[in-house]
Amino acid sequence: MPSLIDLRRRIRAVKSTQQITKAMKMIAASRLKRAQERVVSARPFAQRMLKVLNGLVSRVDQDAHPLLRMPDQTDASPLLFVISGDRGLCGSFNSNIIKAAGQFIVNEGQGREIALGLIGRKGREFFRRRGYDVRYEQVGLFQRLSFAHAQNIAKTAIEEFTSGKATSVYLVYNEFKSVMTQRVVVERLLPIPRLESGGAGGPDVDYLYEPTPEQIFQDLLPRHVEIQIYRALLESNASFFAAQMTAMDAATRNSADMIENLTLYMNKVRQAAITREIIEVVSGAAAT
Amino acid sequence: MALPTKIALEIVTPDRSLVREDVDEVQVPGSEGYLGILPGHTPLLSTLAVGELWYRTGTEKHFLSLAGGFVEVLPDRVTILAQIAEKAQEIDITRAEAAKKRAEERLARPNLDLDAERARIAMLKSLIRLQVASRARTRA
Repeated sequence: MPSLIDLRRRIRAVKSTQQITKAMKMIAASRLKRAQERVVSARPFAQRMLKVLNGLVSRVDQDAHPLLRMPDQTDASPLLFVISGDRGLCGSFNSNIIKAAGQFIVNEGQGREIALGLIGRKGREFFRRRGYDVRYEQVGLFQRLSFAHAQNIAKTAIEEFTSGKATSVYLVYNEFKSVMTQRVVVERLLPIPRLESGGAGGPDVDYLYEPTPEQIFQDLLPRHVEIQIYRALLESNASFFAAQMTAMDAATRNSADMIENLTLYMNKVRQAAITREIIEVVSGAAAT
Repeated sequence: MALPTKIALEIVTPDRSLVREDVDEVQVPGSEGYLGILPGHTPLLSTLAVGELWYRTGTEKHFLSLAGGFVEVLPDRVTILAQIAEKAQEIDITRAEAAKKRAEERLARPNLDLDAERARIAMLKSLIRLQVASRARTRA
């Protein structure tokens, strides 16, 4: 039976852990709020962009642009961008991503060499040690996430693709569904999936183009790639804080349970000690 | 069909939605030159250059600095997808001045490592920012 002092010490330890997890939860909650706002405020731009792009599609020869060119049947060397978190203590956030990436490598990698682009410290730590062909690395960008980061990544992706070193580019990241649910998604970034013309834009309008539609199209496509990456980064960022908040909330609740159990046990131990002392006194008195 | 009397102007950047209001007139820096847009304009799609944008509601004029992007014009609506956009009041003048100085230095000492084109664009951006900011000040 542990002594009273040991039990008291343990309760104190659990209590201080609980204080830390509680604070972390609060921090995650406030950061989540900001991250969520950014996801929402990035949406109008992406939507408008897609509309303009869809309007253009019917007017230009889609096969003309290198970013739309489909690879030959083999698709010999895909490049996978893995967007993980920079830090842990966020439940299964990072392990889900790593698992999904591993699955992609196993499924798609039959006889093919898959190159990786690693964004986020946790994913990098995992895959770097395993000897993959890493084409791109970026850690610590979630602290000051900006559009410039996305542009940087897009530049690498486009370079790899147009130079033929990668025949396709994929993204794997956590999509922010709600605070409680994040979903891991794998998306093809390049070649850009074939766009549907028309769509929900109402009747087609005949635009004047300045400069030519082809040139605008050429400007628009790389922007589109940047936006896709930017959105993925924002989603992942919001998911991270949501996952961390949930994990820390669970931890706080668990430590509350633990404190309760330990306190009960401690009381029992103390009571047993008192009873034993009384018995000793009583039996001592009876002996005399 | 009667011509619309107002333009619903919307300016968005990748980070945020900057302006969303009904205006009487807009001028945007198109890549082929400045475009003045009044209600009832022909549908038009254009790329944007680095430059100054203003819009007018009644007699009130607002200025923004803009760098790259696209504009979609419809008779009653103008949507601007800007890569970078700032309202005149938001521009950090000291920063823009520092950027201008840096770009000037780079242009003054051309060397092979430095991208002259990039320095030129940086120069242009800072000049536009300063110009837009000064307009906000003179109006205030």
